[in-house]
Amino acid sequence: MSTTHIPLLDVEQIERNFSEIAPPLADAEARFEAHRCLYCYDAPCMHACPTHIDIPGFIKRIASGNLTGAARVIFDANPIGATCARVCPVEVLCEGACVEKTLLNQPIQIGRLQRFATDAAMKRGRQLFKPGPPNGRSVGVIGAGPAGLSCAAYLARLGYSVTVYDRRQLPGGLDTYGMAEYKMTQRDSTDEVALIERLGVQFKLNTEIGRDVAFADLEAAHDAIFIGIGLGQTARLNVPGEDLSGVYDALAFIERVKTRDWPSIPVGRAVAVIGAGNTAIDAATQAKRLGAERVLIIYRRTEREMPAYRYEYELARQDGIEFIWQTAPVAILARADGAGVGALRCVRTMLGPPDARGRPAAQVVPDSEFEIPVDMVIKALGQTKLRATLEGISGLRLDADGRILVSRPSMQTGNPRYFAGGDCVNGGREAVDAAQDGKHAAIGIHQALTGELALFPGARYEAASSVES
Amino acid sequence: MADLSVDFAGIASPNPFWLASGPPTNTGSMVARAFDMGWGGAVWKTVGEPIINVCSRLAAVDLGPQRMMGLNNIELITDRPIEDNLREIREVKRRYPRNALIVSLMVESRREAWHEIARRVEDTGADGVELNFGCPHGMSERGMGSAMGQVPEYTCMVTEWVREATRLPVIVKLTPNVTSINPPARAAVRGGAHALSLINTINSIMGVDLDTLVPYPDVNGRAAHGGYCGPAVKPIALNMVAELARDREVNVPLSGIGGIQTWRDAAEFLLLGATTVQVCTAVMHYGYRIVEDLIEGLSNYLDEKGFQSVRDIIGLSAPRVTDWGDLDLNYKTVARIDHAKCIQCNLCHIACEDGAHQCIPLTEINGRRLPVVDEAECVGCNLCYLVCPVPGCISMVRVDDGSHPLSWREMMMKRQPAPAPNA
Repeated sequence: MSTTHIPLLDVEQIERNFSEIAPPLADAEARFEAHRCLYCYDAPCMHACPTHIDIPGFIKRIASGNLTGAARVIFDANPIGATCARVCPVEVLCEGACVEKTLLNQPIQIGRLQRFATDAAMKRGRQLFKPGPPNGRSVGVIGAGPAGLSCAAYLARLGYSVTVYDRRQLPGGLDTYGMAEYKMTQRDSTDEVALIERLGVQFKLNTEIGRDVAFADLEAAHDAIFIGIGLGQTARLNVPGEDLSGVYDALAFIERVKTRDWPSIPVGRAVAVIGAGNTAIDAATQAKRLGAERVLIIYRRTEREMPAYRYEYELARQDGIEFIWQTAPVAILARADGAGVGALRCVRTMLGPPDARGRPAAQVVPDSEFEIPVDMVIKALGQTKLRATLEGISGLRLDADGRILVSRPSMQTGNPRYFAGGDCVNGGREAVDAAQDGKHAAIGIHQALTGELALFPGARYEAASSVES
Repeated sequence: MADLSVDFAGIASPNPFWLASGPPTNTGSMVARAFDMGWGGAVWKTVGEPIINVCSRLAAVDLGPQRMMGLNNIELITDRPIEDNLREIREVKRRYPRNALIVSLMVESRREAWHEIARRVEDTGADGVELNFGCPHGMSERGMGSAMGQVPEYTCMVTEWVREATRLPVIVKLTPNVTSINPPARAAVRGGAHALSLINTINSIMGVDLDTLVPYPDVNGRAAHGGYCGPAVKPIALNMVAELARDREVNVPLSGIGGIQTWRDAAEFLLLGATTVQVCTAVMHYGYRIVEDLIEGLSNYLDEKGFQSVRDIIGLSAPRVTDWGDLDLNYKTVARIDHAKCIQCNLCHIACEDGAHQCIPLTEINGRRLPVVDEAECVGCNLCYLVCPVPGCISMVRVDDGSHPLSWREMMMKRQPAPAPNA
């Protein structure tokens, strides 16, 4: 194959390239930053956080030296607060809303402070929450990703016996397998899962529901079931040459990076990444950091329509990623010797009238074909839905895109014993959104099984129940 | 450029900025460096029979990231021989004839002891003496310092003793550790003081180490109360200066001391009646160099306000200080919030809600949830204006009908006839 298994850079350089992009705050930095917070009332940052963490509350606790209390505030509203501290797009969420941004264009570094507090608490190893007195009820959680972890944590605190099933070897889902390595490591994720495990949550790993365990058996074992299975593989390009060696799925590529087994990670000298979402950027920057000489992001629309966050775009540009706008691949060409990828054949596109989602359609410019010599192609077109898995559940209703339909805020599905949240419901959003779904689902399950409303911080339960369309 | 020179009870000084008696005026070389930097005067670290100090001696309170909002110390007077101090005082005065050099004094409460030290200081050529009746720690346990200043009779008596022995101007430094500053001030003036300086430090414990459980500063596992100073004490000092500035029985120049860091602080002391100001903590924090901004800032302020001389502002604000009973009950302001500047921190809302009069509800306006003042309920207390982090966002606007001022005292007079003179 054309992609090399011989690192293009020496291992020390690669380690440096994959060192943390936002290193932990030193004590002095955290103290100064925490004191800068105005302690807003009904704070804009708190509204902007999908889990509505009491951000001024935890920051003031950092300022007073009450780090255990700060971590408790965070994990109380978001059981994966340590992950979110590292991977949240804070510039469009809490920090984007910070009044210090409005006033001085210098928001409080909320994400890094959140990490400071959660790191400190995890290092001290103090149990922040206790499992509730056993209530004799049992819930199965499918998927140990952010939504499932969140749901499991709250249910355990309410006294449920909770079993989380996941097909992977490690818990954490995308927290463990899908985050850019320079943002967080697998260890960061599994340390956080350990906190949830200490609440008495059972993890059955290497276990795929529908294959290793039948839905009927799951239903027999549990009073309610939460579906947090996320999404499936990256969508196909449907162009010739897609199955050549040297063509990778972005998430599979990122997963390889996360092993940190640098010599075994494939990378080309010239890499084309198809798509311009945040996952595409993660793949592109990591290919570059592994030593690719040239990394191109191929996108059929313009910079304006690009789904990636501005922060991610800037990061990619700093890393020297080239953006090829209004271009779509039509074929992946094999090398002359047949061993892997030799080039990407593309066409130019232009923006047309809005498509079904309201984005301008990308229309092919006639006779505009050209070839870009590349030896690796990474597909980052967004993930497919796991329709086949979900079809095993009777009564579950999906929308036209394959997303599970739920009632909000309870997250109850068309089958009243099943609740769902995270990417499989919202089509693919942030870990923090999944965490909020998990919280709402835990409250919904408890209400359905006991009739009691157990509100946790940041739950938005006042909204009338309605089926999401 | 405005004239900054002052005459303080006959002591000429090129500017009103003096170093207060303390660690920054401990030696001749220190005072010389300070004069080179621009300090107008210095009050030498209190001279007396040398003492033995403890270790450690200082502790501070911080306010958020701001270090040393308040400082306290349990250091005593000079630990150097009287002869060394007097020799260096003589040398410094000879090298810096234009600067004001005052010597702080504290000796045991014997007439002869005070006579002797006063004569020896006069012999150095120093410009004046400052009687340390203020130190609240250590020396007070030996009948000196604030033990003197807290008993007006003693204050008067020792001042008289010093006046008997020297023609130098005598400044009495007052302790704030009294119920009212007026009686000791009047006693000093009765005793012949040419001027007063205030305030000395305030009795204080700075905190407790939550790990060792020992209060600060730790002296081998124990602690004693010390003298509190620094920016935190300024309001207390300003009040005491203003009290004396409007006391008709205290008709002598005042030297203001207490938390002065900037020219603004200094200007406030001058406006309330101080002729000079003395600085210690700010120099201990940042060094003698702060005098540059003190001089420039005050000078620029005077120029901008059209004053020819710093002497023109001394006491200008003192008549504005009255008893509460003479304030105008008919004056009325309300808060106005400029929503274009509002950053929606809602601190005004929660402060008013939980700490004042519940008249800034959060109100939906064009999709923004904004604090809005209910002017009918607003009492014009200023709290929202004080907590707002955005300059110019909240202003206090006068809304009364301009009717004739009416004070509580006047109201009471109208309600009931004045009591008969013999009642």
